[in-house]
Amino acid sequence: MENNELIPHLFRTEYSKMVAVLCKAFGIEHISIAEDVVSDTFLLAVETWGQKGLPKNPVAWLYIVAKNKSRDILRRQNIFDKKVKLALPKEEVDNSELHIDLSEKNITDSQLQMIFAICHPSISAEAQIGLALNILCGFGAEEIADAFLSNKETIYKRLARAKEKLKENNVPLELPSQTEIDNRLDVVLRTMYLLFNEGYYSASQNVTLRKELCLEAMRLTYSLIENESTNTPAVNALMSIMCFHASRFEARIDSNGEIILYEDQDASLWSEELINKGKYYLEQSSHCDKNKVSKYHIEAAIAFYHTNQADTHDKWESILQLYNRLLQIEYSPIAALNRTYALSKANGKAEAIVEAEKLGLDDNHWYHLLLANLYTGIDNGKTVTHLKKALNLSKTVAEKNFIEKKLQEVTLTNA
Amino acid sequence: MKEFLLIFRRDFITKEEQPSPEQIQNMMKPWQDWMGSLAAQNKLASSGNRLASDGRVVKSDKIVTDGPYVEIKEAVGGYIVVKANDLDEAAELAKGCPVLNIGGNVEVRGLVGMD
Repeated sequence: MENNELIPHLFRTEYSKMVAVLCKAFGIEHISIAEDVVSDTFLLAVETWGQKGLPKNPVAWLYIVAKNKSRDILRRQNIFDKKVKLALPKEEVDNSELHIDLSEKNITDSQLQMIFAICHPSISAEAQIGLALNILCGFGAEEIADAFLSNKETIYKRLARAKEKLKENNVPLELPSQTEIDNRLDVVLRTMYLLFNEGYYSASQNVTLRKELCLEAMRLTYSLIENESTNTPAVNALMSIMCFHASRFEARIDSNGEIILYEDQDASLWSEELINKGKYYLEQSSHCDKNKVSKYHIEAAIAFYHTNQADTHDKWESILQLYNRLLQIEYSPIAALNRTYALSKANGKAEAIVEAEKLGLDDNHWYHLLLANLYTGIDNGKTVTHLKKALNLSKTVAEKNFIEKKLQEVTLTNA
Repeated sequence: MKEFLLIFRRDFITKEEQPSPEQIQNMMKPWQDWMGSLAAQNKLASSGNRLASDGRVVKSDKIVTDGPYVEIKEAVGGYIVVKANDLDEAAELAKGCPVLNIGGNVEVRGLVGMD
């Protein structure tokens, strides 16, 4: 790997580990110090490596430099403490050589603890995802803004506020008790799920960035599977969903960054390796009692059916029943729309149109795309009306291009 | 949005009125599709429960009888809770219930809040 590729790559893979480990040593209230140390370290790497060439072991170099920088800071902090706390009994001051543990185990543990700290109930869902991207995945405010279609300043402020919250609430950097893990794992899974979706469905045009988001979500979810106390059936189900979806990465966007619909995808581009992994985690997730079937289990089962492109009635009937169950566990507009599509495949368009009209999602462009699809071949006038509404409501260039193409197709068949 | 209890009743006694195992099997899909439809409209507050057909009734004199359909022909077979703006809308939602196709009926009642 070239120098100019290596540093961004290392930044992505090592930044979050280094921040987590340093936070562990400094305490989460000093998260900005930890971030500064790691950023400084990378800055030094850019300068030094550019002039003197790559060190033998770049990762080790980063860790040693970060460790030394931290020692300096801790020493300074300690002098300050000693001066300020002169009146205190001696033993409380004597912590001069703080140990920074760079073992593989401590790195993994620290990251896992960081996941749980970020998913602390005091932090809003929106901020949790931003923090996860920033602290756990090493994404900068600009990249996060790009993914959220927001601006850098807004994201920067949101991150700063969230970090302030971590400090205010004195969120400890430790793996909570098993009961607390079970309680908080829901939020952790939701964050991982949103993180993945942010990449998979993001409005951002930046394809590479989006793929990296998904991979980061998978890496973090995998770290939950690797730890015994967080390796639950629901986590495996979530991993399964991610693998099945990710298997279609190469097939769902063309070289111009345009969306290719599922039924038009070239299935030979689907990754068999990821499909098999998805099946493996789905199997792992099935080791649970019936009452504990989570929405992730159901979504994984739906994703499993989609690994077979064949358009059979049985497949769609199974998918419809899964959506019926999923919606009973938790409502979401996207599930309601997908359910109605499955209904049209299983029970016919006429019934699906009646059901679609009841959904009340008039301000959702996917809703109008669904209705346009359902009316195709039945009432092309309505198809055009709904495509136009969808066009008005859509927000991204890729979507607008896609809808305009559809509009042209329909007007051509009408002429 | 208010919440309404939908109570499904049907004849559990008359022998000729009982659905065959095959009919019961075929009932699964309409029920699931109907509940899925309510849920897709975000109008299902609770999937409720199906009730087993045998039961007991404890009377005020503490006498326990088999029940409840020794005396009433139509017994409660299950319930769900829906969200609707008013009683009329809730009744409209109940019109899709598959129990109506086997001669049953749906009682729609508003839930009274604690406040």
